[in-house]
Amino acid sequence: MAEVLDKTTTVRRISDIYELNLSKIKDSLPDWINSSRRPALDAFQRMGIPGFKNENYKYTDLTRLFENENFRRAFKTDEFDVDLKDVFSCDVPEFDTHLILVVNGWYDESNNPSSSYPEGVIIKSFRKAVVENRDLVEKYYGKLAKAGTDPLIALNTAFAQDGLFIYIPDNTHISKPLQLINILRSEDDLYVTQRNLIIAGKNSQAKIMFCDHTLLPQNFIINNVTEFEIGEDAVIDIYSIQNQHNKTANLTGLYIRQQRNSHLVTNAVSLHGGIIRNNLNVLLDGEHAEAKICGLALSDKNQHVDNYTFIEHAKPNCQSNQLYKNILDDSSTGGFTGRIHVAPHAVKTQAYQRNNNVLLTNAAKMNTKPQLVIDNDDVKCSHGATVGSINEEALFYLQSRGINEKEARLMLMFAFAHEVLAEIKVDKLRDVIDKLVNKRLRGEVSKCHSCALDCIR
Amino acid sequence: MLVIKDLYARVEGKDILKGINLTVNAGEVHVIMGPNGSGKSTLANVLAGNTNFEVTHGTAIFNGKDLLEMSADVRAKEGLFLGFQYPVEIPGVSMVNFLKTAVNEHRKYRDQPALSAGDFLKLMREKKAMVQIDSQLTNRSVNEGFSGGEKKKNEIFQMAMLEPTLAILDETDSGLDIDALRIVSNGVNLLKTPNNATILVTHYQRLLDYIVPDFVHVLYDGRIVKSAGKELALELEEKGYDWIKKEQGE
Repeated sequence: MAEVLDKTTTVRRISDIYELNLSKIKDSLPDWINSSRRPALDAFQRMGIPGFKNENYKYTDLTRLFENENFRRAFKTDEFDVDLKDVFSCDVPEFDTHLILVVNGWYDESNNPSSSYPEGVIIKSFRKAVVENRDLVEKYYGKLAKAGTDPLIALNTAFAQDGLFIYIPDNTHISKPLQLINILRSEDDLYVTQRNLIIAGKNSQAKIMFCDHTLLPQNFIINNVTEFEIGEDAVIDIYSIQNQHNKTANLTGLYIRQQRNSHLVTNAVSLHGGIIRNNLNVLLDGEHAEAKICGLALSDKNQHVDNYTFIEHAKPNCQSNQLYKNILDDSSTGGFTGRIHVAPHAVKTQAYQRNNNVLLTNAAKMNTKPQLVIDNDDVKCSHGATVGSINEEALFYLQSRGINEKEARLMLMFAFAHEVLAEIKVDKLRDVIDKLVNKRLRGEVSKCHSCALDCIR
Repeated sequence: MLVIKDLYARVEGKDILKGINLTVNAGEVHVIMGPNGSGKSTLANVLAGNTNFEVTHGTAIFNGKDLLEMSADVRAKEGLFLGFQYPVEIPGVSMVNFLKTAVNEHRKYRDQPALSAGDFLKLMREKKAMVQIDSQLTNRSVNEGFSGGEKKKNEIFQMAMLEPTLAILDETDSGLDIDALRIVSNGVNLLKTPNNATILVTHYQRLLDYIVPDFVHVLYDGRIVKSAGKELALELEEKGYDWIKKEQGE
């Protein structure tokens, strides 16, 4: 009973935060969006903190995280002295991108000098778009990330104030990658809510990189929800690099709808983080849509990385292909749940899924669970999951050629990881991430890499 | 070069080698034959430093140094090479990266500077031509998707790259067609110098049509029970191993 009481207490405390700060939360935002908050809070109260009793959160129990936090909420944009150029320049040398900075969930124009985007492209603060681009936001907001379906979406919807809005018009190609850097930076422990909406029009093309970073060593929780609408014939690549310190809980939801003939690549590379939970939903909602969905997680110490995917094949002739890999060291833990639903009329579906994991110690632990629900006979589906250790025969083979054990282990781990990275189609980006992963495996990436210098100071 | 004295080894609690004595000098080719399960592969693996095998007694001195004290990679850098009976496929590790790392580890051990990319590729081209390995194979991951013959040729190619002083080839001839067998044995013959030595572990006489050994040893039940010149191989081919077993009192 104690557990149930605690949970209720936490839910009540969070609800109190909501009630006490409602005027701040609603400030400057129109009624049509504010009116979605109360039902979302109700949904959160109904579902509670996601814990192991919730089948979808079986491998990532957030009960204790929320019980123990009493963090400041970022109800308004904080004043910062972050210079955009200093933040990321060393991570990605000579990699030409459109940089977009979001700090503590807030998009601040002073951090984002105007860049030369193709005509019609809109990149701005979500709260500004709510007012200035109401027709677009209202059409898509809360349609893919439904508050009633998930407690983290519910919480996000109740508290959402800002984030990023991107609109790419029909037939528009953005050749330079968009690099969205999410920075967490605060003098005290901080809870961040971020809400993004991205709309890619018909026959548009873009490559979008999310880079999640921490700049100060405080405790952070970030609840980040992105809705992503991909139009007909659009070609979209989404890459994310999660590189935050061990006192960060990164709770990320990416909810995507793909229309006819669209092509999607997602690749989530989790280098560092305390608790990382990635929810990824892809709704294949037009014929011949294709999704290639990948993830690589490297964890050590007590880190926890959990990828939860839900691929919904709603229309015939679509293809999805998932490849997730984890390398777990020390007493780190990991989870992978891959849910695939093929609708009754979604014939000629091809849905594939693979999850391979390497445990480097006996204390590391990985849970993996495919969940395929297939409601018609005319499909090709497969899934496979493995949990193993470094191949000792291969290790001896390398050593027998004069390569020392440490180097040989690294070569094998890197080879294992590289299969996921090979799916990154932007050569330069792949090289950069290859190098980061190599460094990470060698233990040369500090907990927040270039940003760590800031922490030490 | 190599002096093995009274060597005992076990795997998973079972004694396999029961007192091996063997001396190999520079310039010599030794052949070790014997029925299945006699300990041939165990001997090869023990000498190369496979930690799945536990040495319980005896010594192996390699060029004056205690071989058994060295880790597998140090043994390789000291000049010992094992050609695997079953070369391992390593997806994701490219042949080029693998060989470059191996060659430069050897050079580092000898206080030589690492080869430049250009010099390395040149070396690789030379050795490929020498052992007649298909140039496409080096563009792939280590042994991945190689045929049985390609894997064995790849072992000889690696041997050519690393230039060991003692090569132990564990059944490098098994599973080869006649053309591959010729290429493999040509490689062994080409790489032979007065300063290095070879131990061939084999089942078959047919390899000896191409490579002329100085000594033939019969390994039986963990011991070398007979040593002679190349004529012993012919005798084994003709009579099988039964007469050896009889001599051993079975």
